Amino acid sequence: MFKFFQPNKIFQITSKAPKYVLFLFIVVLSVGLTEALILSPEDYKQSDAVRIMYVHVPAAWISLGIFSSITLLSISGFVFKNKNFFLISKSLAPSGFVFNIIALVTGSIWGKPTWGTWWAWDARITSMLILVLFYAMYLISWRIYENEEKVFKISTIVTINVPIIKYSVDWWNTLHQPASINILSKSSIHSSMLFPLLIMTAAFALFSLLIFLMKYNTELIKIKNKGLDRL
Amino acid sequence: MINELLFMNGYGVYVLSAFSFTLLSFTALYLVTKIQFVKEQSKFVAKFGSLNAEKANSAKSQRINKEILANATNN
Repeated sequence: MFKFFQPNKIFQITSKAPKYVLFLFIVVLSVGLTEALILSPEDYKQSDAVRIMYVHVPAAWISLGIFSSITLLSISGFVFKNKNFFLISKSLAPSGFVFNIIALVTGSIWGKPTWGTWWAWDARITSMLILVLFYAMYLISWRIYENEEKVFKISTIVTINVPIIKYSVDWWNTLHQPASINILSKSSIHSSMLFPLLIMTAAFALFSLLIFLMKYNTELIKIKNKGLDRL
Repeated sequence: MINELLFMNGYGVYVLSAFSFTLLSFTALYLVTKIQFVKEQSKFVAKFGSLNAEKANSAKSQRINKEILANATNN
Protein backbone atom coordinates (compact mmCIF):
# COMPACT_ATOMS: atom_id res chain seq x y z
CA MET A 1 0.00 0.00 0.00
CA PHE A 2 2.78 2.42 0.93
CA LYS A 3 4.72 1.72 -2.26
CA PHE A 4 2.94 4.69 -3.79
CA PHE A 5 4.45 6.92 -1.11
CA GLN A 6 8.01 6.03 -2.04
CA PRO A 7 9.97 9.22 -2.86
CA ASN A 8 11.24 7.79 -6.17
CA LYS A 9 7.68 7.42 -7.41
CA ILE A 10 6.28 10.63 -5.92
CA PHE A 11 9.14 12.84 -7.22
CA GLN A 12 7.96 12.39 -10.81
CA ILE A 13 4.72 14.12 -9.84
CA THR A 14 5.97 16.56 -7.19
CA SER A 15 8.74 17.93 -9.42
CA LYS A 16 6.32 18.91 -12.18
CA ALA A 17 3.31 19.94 -10.12
CA PRO A 18 4.48 23.30 -8.59
CA LYS A 19 4.17 25.34 -11.81
CA TYR A 20 0.57 24.19 -12.36
CA VAL A 21 -0.33 24.74 -8.70
CA LEU A 22 1.22 28.24 -8.83
CA PHE A 23 -0.86 29.12 -11.91
CA LEU A 24 -4.06 27.81 -10.31
CA PHE A 25 -3.25 29.65 -7.06
CA ILE A 26 -2.85 32.99 -8.87
CA VAL A 27 -6.18 32.52 -10.69
CA VAL A 28 -8.12 31.49 -7.56
CA LEU A 29 -6.47 34.22 -5.44
CA SER A 30 -7.39 36.90 -8.00
CA VAL A 31 -11.04 35.79 -7.95
CA GLY A 32 -10.95 35.57 -4.14
CA LEU A 33 -9.45 39.06 -3.69
CA THR A 34 -12.03 40.59 -6.07
CA GLU A 35 -14.84 38.91 -4.15
CA ALA A 36 -13.42 39.72 -0.71
CA LEU A 37 -12.45 43.36 -1.29
CA ILE A 38 -15.01 44.55 -3.86
CA LEU A 39 -18.02 42.33 -4.45
CA SER A 40 -18.89 40.96 -0.99
CA PRO A 41 -21.25 43.09 1.14
CA GLU A 42 -20.26 44.93 4.31
CA ASP A 43 -21.55 43.63 7.64
CA TYR A 44 -24.46 45.44 9.32
CA LYS A 45 -22.53 45.65 12.62
CA GLN A 46 -18.82 45.57 11.70
CA SER A 47 -19.16 47.42 8.38
CA ASP A 48 -16.12 46.92 6.10
CA ALA A 49 -13.91 45.64 8.95
CA VAL A 50 -15.54 42.24 8.34
CA ARG A 51 -13.42 41.87 5.18
CA ILE A 52 -10.45 40.95 7.39
CA MET A 53 -12.31 37.67 7.98
CA TYR A 54 -11.43 36.60 4.41
CA VAL A 55 -7.74 36.33 5.30
CA HIS A 56 -7.95 35.67 9.04
CA VAL A 57 -10.32 32.68 9.04
CA PRO A 58 -8.74 30.66 6.17
CA ALA A 59 -5.27 31.22 7.67
CA ALA A 60 -6.46 29.93 11.08
CA TRP A 61 -8.23 26.92 9.52
CA ILE A 62 -5.22 25.93 7.46
CA SER A 63 -2.68 26.33 10.26
CA LEU A 64 -4.83 24.07 12.49
CA GLY A 65 -5.43 21.61 9.64
CA ILE A 66 -1.71 21.39 8.88
CA PHE A 67 -0.79 20.71 12.49
CA SER A 68 -3.42 17.96 12.72
CA SER A 69 -1.99 16.46 9.50
CA ILE A 70 1.56 16.67 10.88
CA THR A 71 0.48 14.70 13.94
CA LEU A 72 -1.41 12.06 11.93
CA LEU A 73 1.51 11.67 9.52
CA SER A 74 4.02 11.43 12.37
CA ILE A 75 1.94 8.73 14.09
CA SER A 76 1.59 6.85 10.77
CA GLY A 77 5.34 7.17 10.18
CA PHE A 78 6.04 5.78 13.65
CA VAL A 79 3.52 2.93 13.39
CA PHE A 80 4.33 1.85 9.83
CA LYS A 81 8.07 2.68 10.05
CA ASN A 82 7.80 4.74 6.88
CA LYS A 83 10.28 7.65 6.81
CA ASN A 84 8.47 9.34 3.96
CA PHE A 85 5.57 10.26 6.29
CA PHE A 86 8.06 12.20 8.45
CA LEU A 87 9.42 13.89 5.34
CA ILE A 88 5.90 14.94 4.30
CA SER A 89 5.14 16.32 7.76
CA LYS A 90 8.47 18.19 7.87
CA SER A 91 7.63 19.76 4.48
CA LEU A 92 4.17 20.84 5.66
CA ALA A 93 5.40 22.70 8.75
CA PRO A 94 6.77 25.96 7.22
CA SER A 95 3.47 26.91 5.57
CA GLY A 96 1.52 25.98 8.72
CA PHE A 97 3.82 28.21 10.77
CA VAL A 98 3.38 31.18 8.41
CA PHE A 99 -0.41 30.71 8.28
CA ASN A 100 -0.48 30.67 12.09
CA ILE A 101 1.41 33.99 12.19
CA ILE A 102 -0.96 35.45 9.57
CA ALA A 103 -3.97 34.35 11.66
CA LEU A 104 -2.51 36.01 14.78
CA VAL A 105 -1.49 39.28 13.09
CA THR A 106 -4.69 39.73 11.06
CA GLY A 107 -6.72 38.79 14.15
CA SER A 108 -4.91 41.48 16.08
CA ILE A 109 -5.58 44.04 13.31
CA TRP A 110 -9.27 42.98 13.29
CA GLY A 111 -9.43 43.25 17.09
CA LYS A 112 -8.58 46.97 17.15
CA PRO A 113 -11.69 48.30 15.33
CA THR A 114 -14.08 45.64 16.70
CA TRP A 115 -12.94 45.07 20.31
CA GLY A 116 -10.99 48.30 20.77
CA THR A 117 -7.74 46.47 21.52
CA TRP A 118 -4.90 44.89 19.53
CA TRP A 119 -4.57 41.95 21.92
CA ALA A 120 -6.53 40.16 24.64
CA TRP A 121 -5.42 37.15 26.70
CA ASP A 122 -8.48 35.29 25.56
CA ALA A 123 -8.60 31.44 25.40
CA ARG A 124 -8.73 31.19 21.57
CA ILE A 125 -6.04 33.81 20.95
CA THR A 126 -3.73 32.51 23.67
CA SER A 127 -4.05 28.91 22.44
CA MET A 128 -3.21 30.08 18.90
CA LEU A 129 -0.15 31.88 20.30
CA ILE A 130 0.88 28.64 22.02
CA LEU A 131 0.43 26.80 18.71
CA VAL A 132 2.79 29.21 16.92
CA LEU A 133 5.39 28.53 19.62
CA PHE A 134 4.88 24.78 19.13
CA TYR A 135 5.29 25.21 15.38
CA ALA A 136 8.56 27.06 16.00
CA MET A 137 9.67 24.31 18.39
CA TYR A 138 8.80 21.64 15.81
CA LEU A 139 10.76 23.42 13.06
CA ILE A 140 13.75 24.00 15.33
CA SER A 141 13.69 20.37 16.50
CA TRP A 142 14.16 19.23 12.89
CA ARG A 143 17.30 21.35 12.78
CA ILE A 144 18.62 20.02 16.09
CA TYR A 145 17.71 16.32 15.80
CA GLU A 146 18.04 14.33 12.63
CA ASN A 147 16.22 11.53 14.46
CA GLU A 148 12.53 11.41 13.38
CA GLU A 149 11.40 9.64 16.57
CA LYS A 150 12.41 12.55 18.81
CA VAL A 151 10.57 15.00 16.57
CA PHE A 152 7.59 12.61 16.54
CA LYS A 153 7.36 12.86 20.35
CA ILE A 154 7.23 16.67 20.15
CA SER A 155 4.49 16.65 17.52
CA THR A 156 2.29 14.24 19.49
CA ILE A 157 2.65 16.24 22.72
CA VAL A 158 1.56 19.36 20.83
CA THR A 159 -1.58 17.67 19.45
CA ILE A 160 -3.35 18.22 22.74
CA ASN A 161 -3.45 21.94 21.90
CA VAL A 162 -5.46 21.45 18.66
CA PRO A 163 -8.82 20.47 20.29
CA ILE A 164 -8.22 23.14 22.95
CA ILE A 165 -8.02 25.79 20.20
CA LYS A 166 -11.05 24.40 18.36
CA TYR A 167 -13.35 24.23 21.40
CA SER A 168 -11.91 27.14 23.44
CA VAL A 169 -14.76 29.42 22.32
CA ASP A 170 -17.33 26.86 23.53
CA TRP A 171 -15.61 25.80 26.77
CA TRP A 172 -14.78 29.28 28.08
CA ASN A 173 -16.40 32.70 28.01
CA THR A 174 -14.20 34.44 25.50
CA LEU A 175 -14.03 37.73 23.64
CA HIS A 176 -13.59 35.73 20.44
CA GLN A 177 -16.90 34.87 18.74
CA PRO A 178 -18.00 31.23 18.43
CA ALA A 179 -17.70 29.45 15.07
CA SER A 180 -20.10 30.75 12.38
CA ILE A 181 -19.51 27.78 10.11
CA ASN A 182 -20.30 24.26 11.18
CA ILE A 183 -20.09 21.18 8.98
CA LEU A 184 -22.70 19.27 10.99
CA SER A 185 -25.30 22.04 11.41
CA LYS A 186 -26.56 25.10 9.54
CA SER A 187 -23.98 27.92 9.23
CA SER A 188 -24.93 31.33 10.59
CA ILE A 189 -23.02 33.15 7.83
CA HIS A 190 -24.86 34.45 4.73
CA SER A 191 -24.00 32.88 1.37
CA SER A 192 -22.81 36.26 0.01
CA MET A 193 -20.01 36.12 2.61
CA LEU A 194 -19.57 32.36 2.68
CA PHE A 195 -18.75 32.20 -1.05
CA PRO A 196 -15.71 34.59 -0.92
CA LEU A 197 -14.60 32.92 2.31
CA LEU A 198 -14.55 29.51 0.62
CA ILE A 199 -12.71 30.87 -2.45
CA MET A 200 -10.06 32.48 -0.23
CA THR A 201 -9.76 29.20 1.70
CA ALA A 202 -9.22 27.36 -1.60
CA ALA A 203 -6.53 29.91 -2.59
CA PHE A 204 -4.76 29.53 0.78
CA ALA A 205 -4.95 25.73 0.53
CA LEU A 206 -3.38 25.90 -2.95
CA PHE A 207 -0.61 28.12 -1.61
CA SER A 208 0.16 25.69 1.21
CA LEU A 209 0.18 22.86 -1.35
CA LEU A 210 2.64 24.85 -3.49
CA ILE A 211 5.00 25.49 -0.57
CA PHE A 212 4.68 21.87 0.53
CA LEU A 213 5.64 20.58 -2.94
CA MET A 214 8.64 22.91 -3.20
CA LYS A 215 9.82 22.06 0.32
CA TYR A 216 9.30 18.32 -0.24
CA ASN A 217 11.36 18.44 -3.45
CA THR A 218 14.09 20.36 -1.60
CA GLU A 219 14.18 17.73 1.16
CA LEU A 220 14.39 14.89 -1.39
CA ILE A 221 17.26 16.58 -3.23
CA LYS A 222 19.00 17.12 0.14
CA ILE A 223 18.78 13.35 0.80
CA LYS A 224 20.08 12.59 -2.70
CA ASN A 225 22.97 15.04 -2.13
CA LYS A 226 23.97 13.02 0.94
CA GLY A 227 23.68 9.86 -1.20
CA LEU A 228 26.14 11.29 -3.73
CA ASP A 229 28.61 11.99 -0.92
CA ARG A 230 28.51 8.30 0.03
CA LEU A 231 29.24 7.05 -3.51
CA MET B 1 -15.12 54.83 -6.57
CA ILE B 2 -11.40 54.19 -5.91
CA ASN B 3 -11.48 56.48 -2.84
CA GLU B 4 -14.52 54.59 -1.54
CA LEU B 5 -12.76 51.30 -2.12
CA LEU B 6 -9.65 52.43 -0.23
CA PHE B 7 -11.47 54.27 2.57
CA MET B 8 -13.94 51.41 3.33
CA ASN B 9 -16.07 53.51 5.73
CA GLY B 10 -12.97 54.33 7.79
CA TYR B 11 -11.76 50.72 8.06
CA GLY B 12 -9.54 50.81 4.96
CA VAL B 13 -6.32 51.09 6.93
CA TYR B 14 -7.14 47.94 8.94
CA VAL B 15 -8.47 45.89 6.01
CA LEU B 16 -5.70 46.81 3.59
CA SER B 17 -2.93 46.30 6.16
CA ALA B 18 -4.31 42.80 6.97
CA PHE B 19 -4.41 41.88 3.28
CA SER B 20 -0.99 43.44 2.61
CA PHE B 21 0.58 41.56 5.51
CA THR B 22 -0.88 38.30 4.19
CA LEU B 23 0.36 38.85 0.64
CA LEU B 24 3.81 39.96 1.86
CA SER B 25 4.08 36.83 4.02
CA PHE B 26 3.13 34.70 1.01
CA THR B 27 5.77 36.37 -1.15
CA ALA B 28 8.47 36.02 1.53
CA LEU B 29 7.68 32.34 2.16
CA TYR B 30 7.59 31.58 -1.57
CA LEU B 31 10.94 33.30 -2.19
CA VAL B 32 12.69 31.67 0.78
CA THR B 33 11.42 28.21 -0.26
CA LYS B 34 12.39 28.81 -3.90
CA ILE B 35 15.91 29.98 -2.93
CA GLN B 36 16.42 26.88 -0.74
CA PHE B 37 15.23 24.65 -3.59
CA VAL B 38 17.50 26.25 -6.21
CA LYS B 39 20.45 26.09 -3.78
CA GLU B 40 20.01 22.35 -3.17
CA GLN B 41 19.48 21.70 -6.87
CA SER B 42 22.68 23.57 -7.82
CA LYS B 43 24.59 21.70 -5.10
CA PHE B 44 23.33 18.40 -6.57
CA VAL B 45 24.36 19.36 -10.12
CA ALA B 46 27.81 20.47 -8.91
CA LYS B 47 28.35 17.24 -6.93
CA PHE B 48 27.14 15.16 -9.86
CA GLY B 49 29.55 16.98 -12.19
CA SER B 50 32.49 16.14 -9.95
CA LEU B 51 31.81 12.35 -10.02
CA ASN B 52 33.97 10.11 -12.18
CA ALA B 53 32.31 8.25 -15.10
CA GLU B 54 31.74 5.02 -13.17
CA LYS B 55 30.15 6.73 -10.17
CA ALA B 56 28.10 9.01 -12.44
CA ASN B 57 26.70 5.98 -14.28
CA SER B 58 25.87 4.30 -11.01
CA ALA B 59 24.11 7.46 -9.75
CA LYS B 60 22.25 7.83 -13.04
CA SER B 61 20.81 4.35 -12.67
CA GLN B 62 18.44 5.82 -10.07
CA ARG B 63 15.45 7.39 -11.79
CA ILE B 64 15.09 10.16 -9.20
CA ASN B 65 18.66 11.39 -9.86
CA LYS B 66 17.93 11.57 -13.58
CA GLU B 67 14.74 13.52 -12.84
CA ILE B 68 16.63 16.02 -10.65
CA LEU B 69 19.22 16.58 -13.37
CA ALA B 70 16.57 16.94 -16.07
CA ASN B 71 14.62 19.48 -13.97
CA ALA B 72 17.81 21.43 -13.22
CA THR B 73 18.63 21.79 -16.91
CA ASN B 74 15.02 22.74 -17.74
CA ASN B 75 14.91 25.55 -15.11
